[in-house]
Amino acid sequence: MAEFTLPKNSKLIPGKHFPAPAGAKNVRTFRIYRWSPDSGDNPRVDTYDIDLGSCGPMVLDALLKIKNEVDATLTFRRSCREGICGSCAMNIDGTNTLACTKAIGDCPSGDVKIFPLPHMPVVKDLVPDLTHFYAQHASIKPWIRTQTPPPPDRERLQSKEDRAKLDGLYECILCACCSTACPSYWWNSDRYLGPAILLQAYRWIVDSRDEDTGARLDELEDPFKLYRCHTIMNCTRTCPKGLNPAKAIAEIKKLIVERAS
Amino acid sequence: MSTQLRTPMKTALGLGSAKQGLHHFMVQRITAVALLLLVPWLLWLVLKLVTLDFAAAHALLAQPWNASLLLVLVIAVFWHAQLGLQVVIEDYVHGKGSNLVLQLAVKLFCFLGAAAGVLAVLKIALGR
Repeated sequence: MAEFTLPKNSKLIPGKHFPAPAGAKNVRTFRIYRWSPDSGDNPRVDTYDIDLGSCGPMVLDALLKIKNEVDATLTFRRSCREGICGSCAMNIDGTNTLACTKAIGDCPSGDVKIFPLPHMPVVKDLVPDLTHFYAQHASIKPWIRTQTPPPPDRERLQSKEDRAKLDGLYECILCACCSTACPSYWWNSDRYLGPAILLQAYRWIVDSRDEDTGARLDELEDPFKLYRCHTIMNCTRTCPKGLNPAKAIAEIKKLIVERAS
Repeated sequence: MSTQLRTPMKTALGLGSAKQGLHHFMVQRITAVALLLLVPWLLWLVLKLVTLDFAAAHALLAQPWNASLLLVLVIAVFWHAQLGLQVVIEDYVHGKGSNLVLQLAVKLFCFLGAAAGVLAVLKIALGR
């Protein structure tokens, strides 16, 4: 059965409060999900009052400031700090996004609430376990598949028009914001591939150089792998790169109709 | 323990693709289009029926066009409902037993509803 309430050991309890240093003028409060597998305690929400006067503009800057200056136990992933690696995907003020491209000033007034990506197993604090997500990505064999060997003297060529079909697809950084915003993925991620993986699948289906289109469509035509998408559109709304996974999924469905009619 | 020893890929691949789902997708949309056209017509028909006495209402429903459209409507309604409820149950009910019982119940109920509706229209259309 779909889970609409949290299990007992996942219920949130109030956490510690870290006040701002004396003399801080521009204070913003961050409420951050904390859970450690070592303690056996329920997850808690710690509150950090941060002086924005000595903090960078992005939510990731605030997280780094907390880790460096306030509470070194806070755990999160981050790497590129410019929205290309996808490591710092998390739920900020109720929306999945990248902490590095989300400005603190763009968060609605009040406390900034930071949680891990929804409905994923948590490794620690803001770090979700993406093992299954990555395995699903690998399962669609996201690389070029051909029968024709590559030309001996150059790369496989593609017209400008065919290359343009990859725009809006190749930019996906697999941050998992979309998949973990999707209710269908919440309830059925064991079998449903989710918007990120389906967008990646479409990226290869629509690639003019790939010759395994039919097999790719065969693999996707499944009541759960593909058709669990009910066009809820949370994926498109939340994508921090401004992509449209819902449209990619619709295009896959259209191609499956097209080859049968 | 046994699940921990399986690779993530084994879990992700599961039982593989069913290689079907297009038929469900198409019928759901075809019946949706049919209902989009037929439900406004049904409203028009019902508004007309309430102003008539029994004999006139009976005669109106028995007209070949009205009876035919009603037949299509009844079948489309219950077919569409069955497909939709099937998906809702697949989405939310994950127990194997409860899923099976609910899926069977929905199919039987929708089939019964369609059969009863068809029978009712035929009785009006063919009876005197």
